[in-house]
Amino acid sequence: MKRVIYDIGYDLKLALPLAGFFLVFFITPLLMLIFVSLHTDIEMKQFGLDQFRKFLSDPYSLSVLGQTLLIGAETTALCLLLGFPLAWLFIRSPSWLRGVLILIILLPLLTSVVVRTFAWIVILGRLGIVNSALMTLGLIDTPLRLLYSEGGLVIALAQVHLPLMVLPIIAALSRIDPNLADASAALGAGAWRTFLRITVPLTLAGIIAGCLLTYCMSLTAFITQTLIGGGQMMLMPGYIYQQVAAAQNWPFAAAISVIFLVTVLAAVTVFNLLGRLAQGVEHG
Amino acid sequence: MRRRVDLGTVSLNLTLGVLALLCLALLILPTAVVILVSFTSGFSLRFPPPGYSLRWYVGLLDAWQLQLAALNSFKVATWTTFLSVLLGVAAALGIARSRLLAANLLDSLFMSPLILPGLAFGLSALIFFSMIGWQVSVLTLVIGHTIVCVPFVMRTTIATLVQLDPVLLESSASLGASRWYTFRRVILPLIGSGILAGAFLAFMSSFDNIPVSLFLRNASTEMLPIRMWQDLESLLDVRIAAVSGVLVFTTLVLMIIMERIAGLSKRMQ
Repeated sequence: MKRVIYDIGYDLKLALPLAGFFLVFFITPLLMLIFVSLHTDIEMKQFGLDQFRKFLSDPYSLSVLGQTLLIGAETTALCLLLGFPLAWLFIRSPSWLRGVLILIILLPLLTSVVVRTFAWIVILGRLGIVNSALMTLGLIDTPLRLLYSEGGLVIALAQVHLPLMVLPIIAALSRIDPNLADASAALGAGAWRTFLRITVPLTLAGIIAGCLLTYCMSLTAFITQTLIGGGQMMLMPGYIYQQVAAAQNWPFAAAISVIFLVTVLAAVTVFNLLGRLAQGVEHG
Repeated sequence: MRRRVDLGTVSLNLTLGVLALLCLALLILPTAVVILVSFTSGFSLRFPPPGYSLRWYVGLLDAWQLQLAALNSFKVATWTTFLSVLLGVAAALGIARSRLLAANLLDSLFMSPLILPGLAFGLSALIFFSMIGWQVSVLTLVIGHTIVCVPFVMRTTIATLVQLDPVLLESSASLGASRWYTFRRVILPLIGSGILAGAFLAFMSSFDNIPVSLFLRNASTEMLPIRMWQDLESLLDVRIAAVSGVLVFTTLVLMIIMERIAGLSKRMQ
């Protein structure tokens, strides 16, 4: 028999241990989560869809879901607005500067989320930097409530997840043939036109990949959400935790988790579809 | 060719440049603030600090609860990294060049914990372990963490495997090397930096994990990030600033080392 030597030729069997591990410790737990969510009572004796009915007919629960999705969208938009220009600057920088920039971009990604969030408490708190600066300037008399506000949360979430937006866009920008911009300019297009009609469409796949990551991560950023959003601003992860830790209501917590998982999966699917369309734009 | 400097170019560069600088400031400022505050001589997180001292760092020397939590986190992260590399590299070797549909599906499965809400998985794992009657312990923590950390090892290892030139393997085989020998002497050295970068990311991610740990810990397995999170929620302890300072410096040093030996930044794009 002829041996295949043109490929690494490692068997897919090598993936079996991890597949087994995932089957037992990932898929089974998720199935059990669904199983628990299908109980009507805390003692888990009765089967039924009551928990889901309860969530979907409760204005408070629905507003938690809506608020979570909205804050995710706002965070993603802010990340894109600031992240794209940074990626653009990175591509135009000489290599020594690139080294510095990449450190600045990566450091937050690898620093503990608690640390990064903690910084925002110092900045946005009652006696924080923003408030002291505004009071020193005489613009306000009493400290503004920034810490437990939506605006503060969006800024903090954006900072925590910016690297996830910048990295894929850098990758996409570096694949663009620089001659295209020259060609566009030679044909008489202005800088803005070239940017909007050439650069942005060609980086669309990277932009969508970045949006997918920042959106999903800010939806599920439990720590930043609870520390900056506080108790008043309930979002989905905090809602799940509250139902488990405080209310001890496993079936309802499981149902919220299932709804949240489905929502995130739906978001991923939408982004992936957009990504495929964007690739069509790049190649067509 | 003569370069045309017109209003459009200037305004575009200015707009993007200003936004990019704003973005840089946003990335740097919070870390800088934490570092400065950690050297405060006062008792509050006021910024700017009234004076500078090392008192809060010295205070860490007898903060035994924080030390214990840090030790636990280190232990769990080390085992998690070991298990993630063992399972992840094997799976990456199997999947990387396979064109089978099953390989694609497995790849999506193994990557999914990266995107899915960690808290929902944490709750699932708690339900699972309590239903099969396992007490929460270091073992359950390591298992939970491995699920969410394995994608990092897989991603960086697959990326290096895909770039591997098949000709090298062909030559090795035609020179009579066995598969195992080829793996040890040709493949492993070439994908080593990818594995290392993945292991580093897995370690950092496990060390920093809260959503999964939250449900899988007990009193004896207190984890550092959770301890910090709870301290921050209840009292704004300045010691947390000192812990943060230690973490930022350690991360920075490790990152620079990893950049040098494993080309970390290239592996993360």
